[in-house]
Amino acid sequence: MTTTDSNPASVEVDPSGRFAGTGTRGTRILGSMTVVAMVWLVAFGLGFSPADRDQDEAVRIMYVHVPTIWVAYMSFVVTAVASGFYLFGRSKALGWDRLAGASAEIGTIFVAATLVVGSLWGRLTWGVFWQWDARLTTTALLFVTYIGYLAVRRLGGSHQQRARRSAVVGLLAVLLIPLVHWSVRLWRSLHQEATVLDTDGDIDMDGLMLFSLFVGVVAFTLFYIWLVLHRTRVMAMEDMMDDRGLDLALASRRAEVVPTQKLEEN
Amino acid sequence: MSIWRVACLVARKDLLVERRSRVVLNQVLPFAGVTMVIFAFALDSDAVLERVAPGLVWLATMFSLLVLVQRTFAIETDDGALDAMRVAGVDPRAIYLGKAMGLAIELLVLEIVLLFAAVILYRQTVPVDGIALLAITLLSATCGLAAVGTLYGGLAAGFKGRETLLPLLTLPAVAPVLIGATRAVEAALGTAGAVVSDGWPWVGLLLVFAATFGVGGSLAFGPLIDE
Amino acid sequence: MEDAGFIIGSYVLTFVMVIGMSWGVVRRGRRLGAQIPDEDKYWT
Repeated sequence: MTTTDSNPASVEVDPSGRFAGTGTRGTRILGSMTVVAMVWLVAFGLGFSPADRDQDEAVRIMYVHVPTIWVAYMSFVVTAVASGFYLFGRSKALGWDRLAGASAEIGTIFVAATLVVGSLWGRLTWGVFWQWDARLTTTALLFVTYIGYLAVRRLGGSHQQRARRSAVVGLLAVLLIPLVHWSVRLWRSLHQEATVLDTDGDIDMDGLMLFSLFVGVVAFTLFYIWLVLHRTRVMAMEDMMDDRGLDLALASRRAEVVPTQKLEEN
Repeated sequence: MSIWRVACLVARKDLLVERRSRVVLNQVLPFAGVTMVIFAFALDSDAVLERVAPGLVWLATMFSLLVLVQRTFAIETDDGALDAMRVAGVDPRAIYLGKAMGLAIELLVLEIVLLFAAVILYRQTVPVDGIALLAITLLSATCGLAAVGTLYGGLAAGFKGRETLLPLLTLPAVAPVLIGATRAVEAALGTAGAVVSDGWPWVGLLLVFAATFGVGGSLAFGPLIDE
Repeated sequence: MEDAGFIIGSYVLTFVMVIGMSWGVVRRGRRLGAQIPDEDKYWT
């Protein structure tokens, strides 16, 4: 069983390299908007926004921390929805599978960034890098769960097999996360009656802080869309190369043989 | 034949294979026992061991679960028995439920042995009023573990790198069972002053977990192995 | 000012990740795109 988009056309290298990449007009516009939004984020996050009453300057970490976890959650939701479309849709289009995979990859990296940046923030505000509270623990398990998802995608087999397996895992992960969160919350609520540290990190937000956070969320959402478009396209090409792997190997083998033949002709 | 009838046959077959080969008895059970002993080396304190004994029982169970799942799918994929069953028209839901049932029975035996080991090695006592909670916890946690293990075992079966993939997928997924079952058993055994009534909310969690993965697994198993 | 290190560090870390991801994906896209004819690329 191979994919629908297998195409035994010969391999042509575009000499101009104009269309070589995964960019289009749309992604270029999106990319420029992302860059502008990121510059704004740095300007507002590190510059214009005021220091917090309780957290002082440490609050500035929030403007990257909250958007990264927002993007992570969004990308896992996209993964689940795309997995559902693949599994329950009639067409079994691999496009959904690639979208799910691209989104999960981005989400996993963003969770990793969230955990690292979050522990830095924790060190500043709580005095410790890590705390076993419900939100942190769930996030850590979320990270490992999606590493597992990505490992399932690399198991091998045909593209349809990969798509089916990973769609099942992608949907199960969505069932799993509420259960994990529930269990961890019960665990902490029973065993940590007196919370010494306020893990909510409640912040009185004034207008400029709220706006900075908003800029961060917009910037990272734009970046997510831009990257998921590119990654999905790259994944489509990877699949094509897989399908064509044998043809390519043969072609390159022939190319190696040509000089010797010429020698013999001479 | 109904799904359940077929599932019972599949489970019976697995247990029969075990009775003849005795891999679980001769290898997995000693492995679990040795884990209980090396926990004592790592923790090196009678008081700590007494306090964390229920958690160690479940931790040893989880490590053994990984070994058991490998085993239960190794007997299927080694000579293509899983494919043969599919070709013979066996409902994948029945295969899933049957394998999960066989796994659950093996796990249950293992857990009881580990609890005995905890009573002896870690100085636990089983109070009479905690027996009902203990039994229900064991049953519901085992169902959840077997449901997850069978699902991910079937997913990874027959592929290169399955030995390393299985723990990565399974351990985060069974984290709620580890938390829930540990607290419930603590309540049942009265570890660190816990009372029996503390345990019941955790049983609720374990039951929801088992039901979710039981239903999800039996639905997902068909697409997973049908290739 | 110990805080500044943490704050700047977390920004730097996040942006290094963002740029690293973009660079990796775009570069891989270019490399693969050179080997695949344009009519196979659904986005062109």
